[in-house]
Parts: sequence; C-alpha cells; structure tokens
Amino acid sequence: MAQRGNVTMRLWRGTAAGGQFVDYQVAREEGMVVLDAVHAVQAQQANDLSVRWNCKAGKCGSCSAEVNGYPRLMCMTRLDLFDPGEPITVAPLKTFPLVKDLVTNVRWNFESAKRIPPLKPGPLTAEEQRKGEFQMMQQDVDRIQEFRKCIECFLCQDTCHVLRDAQDTDKFFGPRQMIRLANLEMHPKDSADRIPMIKKEAGVGMCNITKCCTEVCPEHIRITDNGIIPLKERVVDRYYDPVTMLLNALRPGNTKLR
Amino acid sequence: MQYRIEAFDVVVVGAGGAGLRAAIEASARGKRTAIICKSLLGKAHTVMAEGGVAAALRNVDERDNWQVHFRDTMRGGKFLNNWRMAQLHAQEAPERVRELERWGAVFDRTKDGWINQRNFGGHAYPRLAHVGDRTGLEIIRTLQDKGVHGGIAVFMEHTVVKLFKSEGRICGALCYERETGRFLLFKCKAIVLATGGVGRCYKVTSNSWEYTGDGQALGYEAGADLMDMEFTQFHPTAMVWPPSVKGILVTEGVRGEGGILRNSKGERFMFKYISPLFAKETADTEEEAKRWLEGDKAARRPPELLTRDEVARAIRNEVKQGRGTKHGGVFLDISWRDPAFVKAKLPSMYHQFKELAGVDITKEPMEVGPTMHYHMGGLRVDAESAMTTVPGLFAAGEVAAGLHGANRLGGNSLSDLLVFGKRAGEFAATWAERHEAREPDAAEVGAALQGAMAPLEREQGENPFALQAELQQVMQDLVGMIRERGELGQAVERIQELKKRAQQCAAPGNRMYNAGWHTALDIQHLLVSAEAITRSALLREESRGAHTRDDFPQTDKEKWSKVNVLCRPGADGAMSVTTEPLPAWPDDARKLIEGTLEAVTTKEAA
Repeated sequence: MAQRGNVTMRLWRGTAAGGQFVDYQVAREEGMVVLDAVHAVQAQQANDLSVRWNCKAGKCGSCSAEVNGYPRLMCMTRLDLFDPGEPITVAPLKTFPLVKDLVTNVRWNFESAKRIPPLKPGPLTAEEQRKGEFQMMQQDVDRIQEFRKCIECFLCQDTCHVLRDAQDTDKFFGPRQMIRLANLEMHPKDSADRIPMIKKEAGVGMCNITKCCTEVCPEHIRITDNGIIPLKERVVDRYYDPVTMLLNALRPGNTKLR
Repeated sequence: MQYRIEAFDVVVVGAGGAGLRAAIEASARGKRTAIICKSLLGKAHTVMAEGGVAAALRNVDERDNWQVHFRDTMRGGKFLNNWRMAQLHAQEAPERVRELERWGAVFDRTKDGWINQRNFGGHAYPRLAHVGDRTGLEIIRTLQDKGVHGGIAVFMEHTVVKLFKSEGRICGALCYERETGRFLLFKCKAIVLATGGVGRCYKVTSNSWEYTGDGQALGYEAGADLMDMEFTQFHPTAMVWPPSVKGILVTEGVRGEGGILRNSKGERFMFKYISPLFAKETADTEEEAKRWLEGDKAARRPPELLTRDEVARAIRNEVKQGRGTKHGGVFLDISWRDPAFVKAKLPSMYHQFKELAGVDITKEPMEVGPTMHYHMGGLRVDAESAMTTVPGLFAAGEVAAGLHGANRLGGNSLSDLLVFGKRAGEFAATWAERHEAREPDAAEVGAALQGAMAPLEREQGENPFALQAELQQVMQDLVGMIRERGELGQAVERIQELKKRAQQCAAPGNRMYNAGWHTALDIQHLLVSAEAITRSALLREESRGAHTRDDFPQTDKEKWSKVNVLCRPGADGAMSVTTEPLPAWPDDARKLIEGTLEAVTTKEAA
C-alpha cells in the first residue's frame, strides 16, 4: 500500500564523546527504503551526516544499522514495513565503537579474519594437476557455498550476546568468523587443521546457541545450525570423546592422571 | 598543516578485483605494498558483479578456445579494441580463474565436478565461470583473504586527492582518512590506479557513490592520456520501479538462463533488432531459440543474448515507440522456467525483486530498462605492462581503456580485472625494482592539501550534493544513450559552468567522516570525466558500439574505424581532444577477426 506524506527519521547524531537522536522530516516516495530517507536528510538537511553504503542492493553489506532497535541493512528495509504514523529510529551498531553518527569502527572483524589460516589444498589427483582445477561435486560444495554467501555486514556480530553484552572480543571471534572457519573446514580439498584454533583462539565454546545471529542474517545463512554446531561437534570429537580421552590418558608418557 | 608520511615500493589505489590482484602480485614479488581503499575492504564495486567471469576453460563446450574468445571480444568492441590486450586477456583468463579456485573460490560445478560455465551475451559458447548470481562477491572475498595473508598494508576508508611526480616520474600520493579527516602522504616508486569507473556522473546508474572517476582525474592531472571516453556502457536491464531502485542492475545471467524480453504488446521484439554482424549465429524463430536453450548445438543463440549495446538500443527504441511498460521499461520474463531452477541460479535477483519491488520473478515478469553501468574508456595503457603514459603510473580494470573497445561483453570485466590486475602488479614491482624513490615537492603537497581543505573553510557556498545532482541531470539528458551535436555542445557549456561552481562548494561541519566534504572533493574528479566523455562524444561523428549519434547513425568504415579519441591537458590548461591511429593488427590476429569486419562497417545503427 502506498503511503503518502512525510516520515519522521529519528537519526543518531554524535561521536564517542556524546550525542543524541535528532528528528528529520522526509517526503515519502513509493518503494522508499531507510537508506533513501537517510540520504535525503544528508543531501538536503545535514550534509555532514555520516553513513556507510555502497551497492544499495543488499550485496555489499555496508549499510548495517539498528532500525527501530533491530539490526538490518538500511538498503533492504522498506519504510512501509513500519507504522506510517511512527518515527523510524536509526542507530549505529551497538557492538562496535562509535566513530560518528551511523558509522562504527568495525576493524576488529578484519583483524580476526587475518588470524584464520587460509585454504591449504590437499593432495590433488593427476587429472586435477593437469587441469589446474579441483574436481568437486556440486552436492559436496553446496554447504560451503551457503557460508560463502556472507556479505560481511556484521549484523551477526552486532547481535551476538558474547560480543554485544559481554564484549568478550578477546575470547570469541563471533559468528561471522565461525562461518569463515566452517567454510574452510568443510572445503573438500582443504588439508589444514584448524580444530585447535577453533577451540582456543576463536573460542567456539563461547557460543551458547541462542541463534540470534541466524535470525538477523540478511543472506539467510543458517549460521548456528549449519556452521557453529558442526564446528562444536568437531571440537568435541577431538578433545572430549570419552574413548579417545581414555586412550590418550593411558598413553605411555602421559603423566596427567597420575 | 600537518600530514603523516608512509613509504612503500608500490601503492595500489582501489581495492576491487584489479587493485587486490595487483597488490597480491606486487607483494608476492617482494615489494612493500600498500592498498588504499575508499570504502571498507571487500565492499568495492567488484562485489556487485553478478553473472560471471569469462574464460575459455572449455569445461562445458569443447569448441571454445582463446581464439574464439578473442574474436568475440573484438566483435563485441566493434573492432576498436587494442588487439594485443584482447589477445592477452583471452589467453590468460583461464589460468587467472583457476588460480582463484586454488585460493579458495568455490565456483558452481559441472556434472563431472569441474568449474561450470554459463552463456552470456556475445560469447559464442558457454564461457562464464560463476557462482549463482553473486560471482563478484566470490572473487572479491577470495582476493581479500589472499591479500591479507600476503602481507599487504591495507588503508581502509582513505581517498586519494592528488598524485605527485618528480622529474616526470611518479613519486607519491596525498590522501585523507575518512574517519578523522587527517592527511597522509604516500612516498613510493610506483602507483597502480584501480579505481573503477565514472557512473556517478549519470542520474540512472548501477554504480555506487565511490564511482566518481578518481583514477581518471588523478591520472589526467598527472599528465596521462585518457582514451575512448565516449564509450559509456548502458546495461540493457536494470530495475525501473519503484523510483528508489531505478538503475539497480538485473544480471545478464537472467537472459543467459533463458529470460525473454517482451514489450507491452507481448511481442518478443529482439527478433527485429538482429544486426548483420550477428545474423549468422542468431536464431530467427522462437522455436530455434528454445532448441538452443535445451542444448541443441545445431541451433543458433536467442537474440536476447546479443551484445549489450544492441539490446540496450532495442529496449530504448521499443519504449520510445510507445511499446514500453507503465514505468518506462520492457518485460523480462524468466517465470516460464521451474521456480526451483530460478531460485538456484538467480537467488539474489529473486530476493532483490521480492524485497524491493514486491515482485516474485518465478511467477511474473520483471520490468527493466537501461542503466549507466560501465565505462569502456579510461586511462590509456601499454598492453603488456599496463603502464599509462606517465612513467611509474599503472592502471588496471575499469579505469584503464583499450581491452573492450566500443562495447564490453558481459563477463569480460571480471576477467579483465584478474588478467590486467596481475600484469599491473607484476610490472609495477619490476619498475620499483629498477627505480629509486624520489621526494614529492613539499610546496606541491602543501598546495594540494590547502585545496582539499577549502570546502571546509568556506562558510557559504554551493551544496555539493545539489551540484552533483545537477551534473547527473545534464549528463543523463544531454550525453545519454543517444547523442547529437547540439545537445553535446550545450553539455560542454553546462560542464564549464559547473566546474566553476564546484570551486565554490561549502561543507559545513568538521573533518570527521563528513560526507559533504567528501562529495565536494569527489565532484571535482567527476567533472574531469564528464567533460572528457562529452568532448570525445562530440568529436566522434559516427555510431559505434555504445556510442550512438542521432546525427551520424552510420558506423563509419573510413576515418572513425581507424582511430581512438584521446583527451589530454592542453598548453593553456584546457582539455584538448585529438585522435590517434589504432595499433596495426598483425596477420594472425587479422585472420581471427576477418570475415566479420565487413558486417560491422555496413551496419546501420538501430
């Protein structure tokens, strides 16, 4: 249904030193998304308003914000999703340090990505070596292609309780990097062992499976079910399998039990 | 005014496919390498590429090889391409794609488990390696991950405002950091420009805010030649409704997977627009087109898969003749295929239409029309080394000219980024090996810095956003898909006036992440390309590829088929526009191209 008239955009203005929500009136157009309304404010009323964006089509993951308290891409959120009489509140991602207005410092995500060992292709067949390509069946890559849809909007990181409320960024890499790790671990041709780092450095055990990350993912990646839980299982298999634990304990030279 | 100093061997400006590939290469060759990106890492324009990357892998059709890819590229470019670039591109693209797979990219597979390939406009055989309709994301993420593990220094959200030379050679770049507004001077031995295109000078475009022709302007101001600037590609299919999404891309992959174009009368109109150049290999009945899609190798390709320039002109003509849709487009229909197939092959198109337009493309047709998408023109480069006409300054990807001639084939951009990104990185590293660093002149740096600060210091002045919108309207109305002398002349005058006003932009607020300030600086870059596009379009008195002149509808087989148009700063500082002969084709290249040349030179523009 087309809505006419103005919409009140209640935008966060300010820096880490302080700020407040400011109301702006914007004329509605059919099909308008939140990012359009923010741009209208920027072009006409507040030239110095800070906002990140690029593709405006849900492909780059730049324009993440909290719209009426919910983590969303501004470019994919239509105004007519909300009650026409109510103001639309746009706030920066809460999990990350504020830079200015709607922009936060998300550099931490890039730093943790750097610490993840890249793909290490395992032994290749003669045919694969000749062609310089991997032979992998589509059904064997379907599950990692799901993870590779990630556009790095960091909405999952924003909503993760471990990062958002506890701010345990030194203990847990967060859902985005779990997906990166799951992609590498489940790659049919990978031969690296990341299980120790998934357990310790990346801290997969910190996730308590509330699945909030899955709920906010604009790419509809089943982060928890298909990514994090299988990683937890791999860690359990390696470190907490009772038979393996017993065998390890009885291994000559092991002094832990004595 | 203070600025920080950083020193590197090679500085890459731009972190899309070409920039990342160049930086990976320079770094792998032992050079201290920095990459400067205008946005966050992984958000550059490459991420939006949808359909695929063209490379004659021969995984789906064994008849394909680099020679056919070369021929297709030259024909698509209406023979204005630099033949050597087209040859290198066709020869090296397969290895560049396979290398991505070894770095972690996961392309869609064939039944046997190799990299799958799809059909696309102008490519004789299924040639595009792809991942559904998000191939660009796959490529940029792969390169990004490779890059950060290769020791490249990444400067995110930094924008370059000026390049410096010493004794004719490139020696540095000045940029500002978006977050703080502080300035950084990079001292280096070589610079690779990989900044992409100029779409933001048009109102209807698939390009993001970043696409303000920074590399074109920085290079031009450093004395490098601009070439083929008149060739702006209008992609035939973008969303047209609702207004807020007008211009957003609808991948050519829709047509590659069987999408059909119809006008408001229900006619499949592309059959009327088959030019002689492509008549031999294009189906002339719906029945034959259907057989081709079902895999009949004896059948010819549907006319929806003609090159972008041809399809865009056909759509414009249908709309102009009154056979358009309510919102000024035509219908693109993939709903006749199985919904599960559509969702698997075109997932982001499905979501894009569902969420932004309320249209279910598995049940109903899309409304589409042309959008400014890509720029074939740009900095003139040496085919082998990707060096511009300024020593030590390299360019790769969309910012460089030559490979695509008068019209680019879909899928040839992603392969361009990889092939020439790698080459630029390689040759920039070699250059850095052989040359000493030099000092940028302190007075020049100071002047550039003051110029960049001016909009912040002005209390009253032009609104940069309003000025940019004015420029977009001028280009859209007067330098659009169909051009004419009178309108182009008017555009030149309007651009001169806008150039003066752009010097008077004011940006209220401070230096921290100030969008008004950034736009005030961007628009100065944008105006250089806008002027070059307009002046080149005025000079080229013929219609060829993406450049269509209403007053010169013929493709000229004499003068204009033999020259490139160049823009460079004149002695008085004004832009001078000249022509220069195309590099001569050697016999083996000529043989591959021949037989098709006659058709284009007698063709009439639609």
